[in-house]
Amino acid sequence: MAVSASSPVLSEALVLAPVTALDWLVIAPVAWCIGIGAVLMMVRHRGMLQPLIAIAALTVLVCLDAMLLWHVSQGGPVTMVMGRWLPPFGIAFTVDLTGALFALAAAVVALAGAVAAMADIDASGRRYGFYPFLMLLMAGASGAFLTGDIFNLYVWFEVLLISSFGLLVLGSRSAQIDGAVKYGFLNLVATTLFLVATGYLYGIFGTLNMADIARKAPGLRDTAPLMTLTALYLLAFSMKAAAFPVNFWLPASYHTPRIVVSALFAGLLTKVGIYALIRVSILLFPVEREILGPVLALVAILTMLTGGLGALAQTDSRRLLGYLVISGIGSMLAGIAIGGPDAIAGTLFYALHSMLVMTALYLAIGLAARLGAGFSLAVPSGLYRDHAALAFLTLALFFSVSGLPPFSGFWPKVMLVKAALDAGAVWLAGALLLTGFLTMIATGRLFLLSYWRPRDERTAGAGQAGLPVSGLPVRRLPITIVAPLVVLTALSLLIGLFPETLLALARQAALALTTPTAYLDSVFAPGSLQ
Amino acid sequence: MEPVFALLTGLFLTVSVYLMLSKSIIRMLLGVAILGNAVNLLLFTNGRILREVPPVIAAGLDVPAGPTANPLPQALILTAIVISFSFFAFLLVLAWRAYGTLGADNTDRMRVAEPEDGGPPPSGY
Repeated sequence: MAVSASSPVLSEALVLAPVTALDWLVIAPVAWCIGIGAVLMMVRHRGMLQPLIAIAALTVLVCLDAMLLWHVSQGGPVTMVMGRWLPPFGIAFTVDLTGALFALAAAVVALAGAVAAMADIDASGRRYGFYPFLMLLMAGASGAFLTGDIFNLYVWFEVLLISSFGLLVLGSRSAQIDGAVKYGFLNLVATTLFLVATGYLYGIFGTLNMADIARKAPGLRDTAPLMTLTALYLLAFSMKAAAFPVNFWLPASYHTPRIVVSALFAGLLTKVGIYALIRVSILLFPVEREILGPVLALVAILTMLTGGLGALAQTDSRRLLGYLVISGIGSMLAGIAIGGPDAIAGTLFYALHSMLVMTALYLAIGLAARLGAGFSLAVPSGLYRDHAALAFLTLALFFSVSGLPPFSGFWPKVMLVKAALDAGAVWLAGALLLTGFLTMIATGRLFLLSYWRPRDERTAGAGQAGLPVSGLPVRRLPITIVAPLVVLTALSLLIGLFPETLLALARQAALALTTPTAYLDSVFAPGSLQ
Repeated sequence: MEPVFALLTGLFLTVSVYLMLSKSIIRMLLGVAILGNAVNLLLFTNGRILREVPPVIAAGLDVPAGPTANPLPQALILTAIVISFSFFAFLLVLAWRAYGTLGADNTDRMRVAEPEDGGPPPSGY
């Protein structure tokens, strides 16, 4: 540094204290993912080397995120500012418990996806960059979860979106191109709406730092159009999260790519939208969220019901799961609509559960299709007889996604229903329970029609023309898909049996969101005025 | 100055929404291109407009002497331009591939991923 550190001007503009080693963890996941993504891009012709590097790198990422979670749960939110400029002038990365939890779950999902991709993504998919795209997707997701600057959040959304485009069109089958056109245009509109809202936010607040916005909002509430701004944000993020009237891109595209890509999308993309929704509506504009609560509740109910009913109407198991993703988003929205620490804790828990379970579900039906079952509900596969273990595993996941004990889906549903009843929102509680019921019927149908019916029954019953009678030799189960599937299902069971740790973390995270003193203090030194 | 820019932004947005509501992919692409520009203009106007005072700090001073043009919106716009341009390029190629593969640039006829004659789901076991 040319100017001496004792210059009075410098101390007013820069953070002069050196960053402690542990605090580097804040930026580490993002930097690591981008770096490894670049390395993988360089070795993209080495089909065998890529998965090894990616899996090792994602294992490190899981460790980094776990350490970050531990660090944040011990010492509260951590802030690091780019270029050492004092906030709000530098771009701040602020990690609180919510961000760290989401980042860890995302890393676990990505690791599972990377392992499963060893069997599911062929040499040409690797050459066209599956693994680099995966790492950049993770850079985008981690960045979105860890940043404390709203324009920066927009940039990470775009990183995420561009990599998801790459993954979506990998293979270039005509259905993929069709799905990608719809996914591309509608998501572009959603992120552009986010940018429009951010432009207005900058015009109103003159700052983009989230803590600064949260700090200044009470003073501006009477004079500035914060209601309009919040409504714009809610529309943009609802579109990203696939909430009811603006969710048609999801069922149009999620079933088209390779099953591993679908699994990753189901685990990562919509959850980033939910995260942003929580961040903006709870941390930045809690008063406006309160007023918009009934609208959000209506959207939540409609999302849940269209998801559940849509799942019932499908003949393709991948599309069925797409609708289950949507109905899950509805449940998370219900928590945001109620507000308050208990409901937000339920939403956070649901999001984490949904990330793990939806990924596992896509992997499971991908495995079933590999064994000759295909994706159509009309074709019985007899997997229950031939591969009882896989059928049981899938059934466990179906229970989990429907919210039945002893799996991870049970607890968040209990929390959300209880919060809804406490808030007097009986309709919302009823819709949550009804959605669980619809989900159970939909997954039950899938299990009965596809897994339970023995294969030869169909040839006798005829009628279902189309697919050739499958005398398919049952191939050996690829361990690289089975292992992540078993681990994710075990995680779901483990969370269901011993929910205390995650419950406590979710409660703590929700409390920190609804009363963000610690978050603000980590960005601006306590007592500092502006 | 700002009201004029606000009206212009509104005009841009109207045109882009109109184009994007079309069923033809080419028109939607044009809508996307105009949408990007509308948003850039919106960001620019939101930073407040001040003419002919570049945000340059004179030698020997620590802060600018008087009010200057706001450099931050320009940084934001630069980011947004790069992103919207790359998106436009991607969607353009995608539309070309869609035209080649699906033989349609009309969204009504792009039903490969969601076939209309899929038939009802099985009603019995």
